Amino acid sequence: MGLAAAFWIMAVVAVVAALGVIFLRNVFRAALSLVLCFITVAGLYITLSADFLAAVQILVYVGAISVLIILAIMMTREVQQGNPSNKMKLPAFIVAVVLLGIMIYTVTANSWQIAAESPLTPTTVPLAAKLFSESGFILPVEIAAMLILAAILGAIVIAREK
Amino acid sequence: MTIGLEHYLVLSAVLFCIGLYGALTKRNAVIILMCIELMLNSVNISLVAFSSYIVPLLLTGQVFAIFVMVVAAAEVAVGLAIILAIYRGLTDIDANNINLMKW
Repeated sequence: MGLAAAFWIMAVVAVVAALGVIFLRNVFRAALSLVLCFITVAGLYITLSADFLAAVQILVYVGAISVLIILAIMMTREVQQGNPSNKMKLPAFIVAVVLLGIMIYTVTANSWQIAAESPLTPTTVPLAAKLFSESGFILPVEIAAMLILAAILGAIVIAREK
Repeated sequence: MTIGLEHYLVLSAVLFCIGLYGALTKRNAVIILMCIELMLNSVNISLVAFSSYIVPLLLTGQVFAIFVMVVAAAEVAVGLAIILAIYRGLTDIDANNINLMKW
């Protein structure tokens, strides 16, 4: 019961915050709305008993990515110019609604094989065992480290003053 | 009414379509990047939901969500660097006016 209430509150707030990203006139407020959406997604992870991912969501998205986005908004001085749309409003709306309809139909028409076991909690130790074991995901972890390094170097090179 | 897998998947689809609409229609490049982050987040929700409802003991969906977060962090760093570089050259980040490489 408590879980259901938590889910509905998080879901409504997440959708409203996502709509705020689209429809708020002020770009800075849109960024703050995005931060609210990130926080509610972290809450949804907690309702799915993914505690480690919720912490990572708060640290990475709310802590780092939102700061980067707000920094970019500040440095580009686009706050006064508002949040205009281009001429593709109606086609994009049709595409989004049709895609949403297809996805909702697929999700509800499919009969998922729900497992009987309750999910693992806490997830930190099993996740670490998955990520860093020989038989797990150690190679993708190394590749992800290389990707992050390349992205940092690329960002520095691109954004540097000539 | 108990919360099932479908609720999370429908919520994820709604968030994804909101992000898609924004990424297709917005002219401010930073807003487009924010909408892409929204879409990545919605995909993460469905990955974690699948992980905890279908294979609750394997955690593979959560591992995938972690890699999506890694790629999202790399993407936002490079994307914002590109936006700042474009702004320095054009003093504008309106996606309609960025047409230097348009054929």
